[in-house]
Formats: sequence, structure tokens, C-alpha cells
Amino acid sequence: MAVLVLAEHSNSALNDVTAKTVVAAQAFGGDIDVLVAGHNAKAAADAAAKIPGVRKVLHAEGEAFSHSLAEAVEALVVPLMSGYDAFFAPATTTGKNVTPRIAAKLDVMQISEITKVIDASTFERPIYAGNAILTVKSTDAKKVVTVRGTAFQAAAGAGSASVESVAAPAGPFKATFVSEELQKSDRPELASAKRVVTGGRALASAEQFNQYIMPLADKLGAGVGASRAAVDAGYAPNDYQVGQTGKVVAPELYVAVGISGAIQHLAGMKDSKIIVAINKDEEAPIFQIADYGLVGDLFKIVPELTSKL
Amino acid sequence: MKVLVPVKRVIDPNVRPRVKADGTGVDLANIKMAMNPFCEIAVEEAVRMKEKGVVTEIVLVSVGPAQAQETIRIGLAMGGDRGILVQTDVAVEPLAVAKILAKIVEAEQPGLVITGKQAIDDDANQTGQMLAALLDWPQGAFASAVAMDGDKLKVTREVDGGLQTVSLSIPAVVTTDLRLNEPRFASLPNIMKAKKKVIDTKTPADYGVDVTPRLTVVKVAEPKKREAGEKVADVDALIAKLKSVGAI
Repeated sequence: MAVLVLAEHSNSALNDVTAKTVVAAQAFGGDIDVLVAGHNAKAAADAAAKIPGVRKVLHAEGEAFSHSLAEAVEALVVPLMSGYDAFFAPATTTGKNVTPRIAAKLDVMQISEITKVIDASTFERPIYAGNAILTVKSTDAKKVVTVRGTAFQAAAGAGSASVESVAAPAGPFKATFVSEELQKSDRPELASAKRVVTGGRALASAEQFNQYIMPLADKLGAGVGASRAAVDAGYAPNDYQVGQTGKVVAPELYVAVGISGAIQHLAGMKDSKIIVAINKDEEAPIFQIADYGLVGDLFKIVPELTSKL
Repeated sequence: MKVLVPVKRVIDPNVRPRVKADGTGVDLANIKMAMNPFCEIAVEEAVRMKEKGVVTEIVLVSVGPAQAQETIRIGLAMGGDRGILVQTDVAVEPLAVAKILAKIVEAEQPGLVITGKQAIDDDANQTGQMLAALLDWPQGAFASAVAMDGDKLKVTREVDGGLQTVSLSIPAVVTTDLRLNEPRFASLPNIMKAKKKVIDTKTPADYGVDVTPRLTVVKVAEPKKREAGEKVADVDALIAKLKSVGAI
């Protein structure tokens, strides 16, 4: 058996969700090759070769891959799949964008956001915003899977896989990249941060969100997130959103400030190791899952916490 | 330009799903159902494009049981022009839905298909992308803004870390994210008018699509419960607790 794993990277660096996806692929079994499709992505390919348990890295270079457009990545992956029994991609926006295209072209029913590999055809995945856990068995000859990174731990150690070049499809493609606006921040990336501070609607404005949440996050060296209510109200950008339809996080420490704890938010953070909740409503559902709850006015508590840490 | 908008009937987003005691699925008997919220955003976007004069006709499609007709009616009341119900009691998987939609696209020749990015029941996030691949069309998945730009469609996408804008040749598939728009409520007069709009009823066999599931449900279980911890009195107590468990 052999598995092709799609690498998540920024050309110059490899995202550590790739190593977690490799761990999920190892649980599936067989030889594991990692595909790095990028533009000037040698650094990412070299980093992928160091992931333990990887047989070889396939490196495809092309300008069409500089922003991981689904149409180009599909055209690259589908012919490669004749040599593989499974395709595993991280359930990032890149993985979610392209993987269903590959599944459809292979006539395979994809299994999305798996959290556990039970055997080579059986997987666990959350459904209904995490309110139910589905165990599902695939009858397709090949498996096409996206992997929820927070459910797998990257393996320790270093590998030394070979890096092979693969030809990139020529194009042109029916979609072209125009521009991107990425949040520039010195803070850790939300999805992989060891500590996360999130703010909810109780912050009441974008100014107060920045004024209260950011200093606490900086003091903790934490990534910053927000509830959907805070995002909808315009207090924080959409990519801060933690929840079933936003990002799923599982840091060692999660501090929820002014968040009541809607089902869809809990689905995005309930696997965090330690959860702290600060909320003035002692009946808020967030307290039912928090390890440490502090009932009170966040506008007093947060500055005090920030200064005492 | 004609637009096709698939809509899915799902559990009402305000209802908490309960897992059946026998572990075969989620209990939907006597549960309030609604249009999938991301599909509502898709309908709304199509209606706004029609209001701007970019779109001439909105065709709504639902693949599901007889009651999915109600879901189509909601979309017709929001501003859709007509509907197609592909009726089946099988729980049709995204791949089969995409195959049915591809056949409908062949017959209807829309310039654009707008789907929700995912349904809140199976959380698959697949159908729009699968449809685009089956048709060899470009896609703008997880859209937060959509605009015509000459003969191209400019789509701004919600991606990890920010926004990405792509330019798509037409025809194309767009899947909606939360910030694309805020769907309108259908007014009572529009609900009445929608009752007169036409819904064609078809079956998967009419399109020659085999909807036999590829995935077998082994079991559906409750997620692991997380125990509530303790309330602490003040900030100092919180810091002491966090230090004692090595969290800070």
C-alpha cells in the first residue's frame, strides 16, 4: 500500500499540520510520500523530507502552484494517484478546497476531517458541529481523506527522505490568482498555537477587543481567536473565528473571554487541554466545560490578569 | 445569466442534535428542519445578483425526501424563480449529489452554480468542489465577495490567515462562506407568491445516477463529555491554579 500526503506550506516554510497528516497516514498504513506543489518551494520540500516516516518527497514546481489553486493541484494529483491507494490532505482551507475535486475525478466518496483512523477503510469524524461522532467505513477502492490536524500529534525525530521532482501540468487553468491579504502578525498562528486567547461578543467593540484581548495574548505568547458572534459583529476578522465553521483548535491553554459558549464555538475548542473561562454570567454554558471559571466583569479581570502574569 | 442554487434540508441550526440510543444516527423524528444556513447565503447571493441585473433566472435544486420541497419553497419565497426536486429517501452522499447536479447543469446550462460551503448535518464541505471537478469548471470556494469583472467572475475567498482573490472564467462554481451576505427573511406576500412557482419533481434514475452510498455508517456516538471544573474566586486564585498545573 502507498499513501500520497499533500503538504501544507507557504513555499518558504512547511506548516506543521503536514507532519500530523503524515501520522494519520501512518495509522492507515503503507509507504508514505509527501507532495509539495509550490513555486520556489525547495525549502518546504527539504523540510518535508525531514518528517519521520516519509519514503520520499515529490516536489512539483510551477507558478500555478504559488497559491495552491485547486484547479492546478487537482491536475497534478489525479494522474499521480494511479500509484497510490489513498490521498490524505490536511483539513486546512487549501486541503478542503482541492481534495473534493480529486475525489470526484477518482470517483471516490471523500471522508472529511477525520479525527481517528480505525483501520484501512474505517475512520472517525465529527458531524453535526461535533455533537456526534461518526464511525464510517468506505467501500471505495481508493480512499480520499482530509485530516483534522488537532486530532493527531506529530512524531518526534527526523527523517531523511529523498526529494524527487515531478512534472507540473502545463495549464493554463480556468482560475487565476489575483491577490491576497494575509493578516500580518507576530503572534503564533491560531490553529497551531500552544496557547490561545479568544474574545466574544461581550467585548462590545473592535477597539475594546484590541485593547483587552491583545495585551493578554501577548503576555501569554498566545494566538488570538474570536467567537462567531464577535466576528459577525465586526469586532474581529473572520480568520480569527474558532468554531465548527471556523478554525478548530486544541491548545494546551485556552482562555475564553466574554464568550457564552454556543455549541458551534465549543465544537472548535473543547479538545483544548486546559480551558479558562471569564464571563459575567455564571450560567454561561462555557463554564460547563471550563477547567477554571472566573465569574465577573472582564473589563476589570482581564487587565488585572494581564498585569499579574 | 442563469444561476443554479442547490439547497439542502437539514436540522434547524437552533436545535441541538441528539444521538439515537441505538447508535445508528442522529434522531430527526419530529425535529424542526430548515434550509442549511450556507445554502440560504447562496440563495441570497443569487437574488442580489438578479437584483443587480447580472442574473436573469434562479433555479433552485434540492436532492432529498418529498419534504425537501418545503426547502425549495423557502428559496422561491426569497426570490428564486423555479425549482427542481430530485426526490429520494436515500441519504444521498455529496459525490452522488454532485453527479446529479452535473446532469442538471448539462440540461439547464447555467453560467454559475452557487452552493453552500458545507451542510451543518454531515459537515462534508465537498459538493461544490466535486461538481466543479466533474464539469471541469473553475471554483471559488468559501466566498466572502463575488463580483463580475468583464467576462470573468472575481471571487474573494476566506482562507487560513486572511483573504485570497481569484479570477474565474465562466461558467464556474462558487461556494459560500458566512460573511458573503446576510440572508433576507421571506415576506408573507412573497411566501404566498412562491406557492404558485413551479417545482419539477424528478428522481435520481431520471438522471441515470446511482445514489447507492459508498460509505457505510458503522456507528454514531455521543462525543466524549468534558467535565466541568471549578470556579475560582479571583485573578490570584486563577493564576495559582494555572501555575499548579503547569499551564503558565
